[in-house]
Amino acid sequence: MSHGFLSPTGVEVTFLLVGVVTLGAAVVSVTTRQLVHAALWLVVALGGLAVEYLLLTAEFIAWVQVLIYVGSVVVLLLFGLMLTRAPIGRSPDADSGNRGVALGVAVAAAVALVWLVVDAFRTTWIELDGASAGTTEVTGESLFRHWVLPFEALSVLLLAALVGAIVLSRKRNADVDAASSGKAGAARPAGPSTRTAAGAKAAGRAAAGRAAARPGEQGAADAASGDAGRRAEGGER
Amino acid sequence: MHLVYPVVLSALLFCTGVYGVLARRNAILVLMSVELMLNAVNLNLVAFDAWLSRAARAGFPHDGLHSGQALTLFTIAIAAAEIGIGLAIVLAVYRNRGTADIDRLRDTAEDGGGSADTGAGRDDGAGTDDATATATGTGEKAEASA
Repeated sequence: MSHGFLSPTGVEVTFLLVGVVTLGAAVVSVTTRQLVHAALWLVVALGGLAVEYLLLTAEFIAWVQVLIYVGSVVVLLLFGLMLTRAPIGRSPDADSGNRGVALGVAVAAAVALVWLVVDAFRTTWIELDGASAGTTEVTGESLFRHWVLPFEALSVLLLAALVGAIVLSRKRNADVDAASSGKAGAARPAGPSTRTAAGAKAAGRAAAGRAAARPGEQGAADAASGDAGRRAEGGER
Repeated sequence: MHLVYPVVLSALLFCTGVYGVLARRNAILVLMSVELMLNAVNLNLVAFDAWLSRAARAGFPHDGLHSGQALTLFTIAIAAAEIGIGLAIVLAVYRNRGTADIDRLRDTAEDGGGSADTGAGRDDGAGTDDATATATGTGEKAEASA
């Protein structure tokens, strides 16, 4: 089968057009000053990559890409942007000071890599006709026949990452309990649940109210409960 | 299809990700750029798998394992784990320090000097206790405005 370098096929033209859109979306995503727009342009780039996988007959991976990246990773990133209170409008400090150096490194790497791969694979063609190489049947067969052990190891890794993310993102209750139970009964905590600082202050006020029935100790109890509230606040972070 | 098309697109996407990692200041934008780099690698793997599995039919020596597509699936799973852990770390840093800018997290910098634009002078040249106290103050402010 003869290949023409200057007579691209329909698949190649489609790949080129989708590739231009993908690359443009990626460039906008790393250069825009609006943080939420960066995440939304990332959706365009990742969706374009899914189309490229389809054009390379890797159907299963294309749908996995749509499900995992466009469906969950970008949503996670948007949640992260919202939870860190990213500004909605243009933020002038989205880029750091070493922008010029970064641009130089990226352009140099791009020139070197493109020159290298074009020189290396100048006369290589992918035969795309015939049966698809990436249907669910083919992928599943190779995955569960030859790649079972890495697959299972990967599931353990995902479990470890899940547990790690939970451990990292929960508040440190042990510190709060230690701080408030250290005060001798002045502000006894309601329980080991996730008490907020406001809850600690309320407990302190209740203790102060109880202590008010016994005049003479009120000043000491007030000081103690205020101290406990401060320490509970400090222990939470 | 010419193999050069997907490979060149992959190289350019990777360099876009490199630029983003080096130039961005917000930690979440850095994570986004890392995702771009991982996706460029995935495109490479898929393209080479498509090439080699077809070349296997023409008598080219090939293991027939569909390594490229299997490794792409593994990369996607690892990237999902990475983004989860990374965002948990970024949120923990934000809760403790009140910022997600990686330029301001200079506690382990050896020279102790730093960017003059940190405003509060939170960690530049200050002692460890002092830096922790001011960081706690910032976190309190961030939480109080919630």
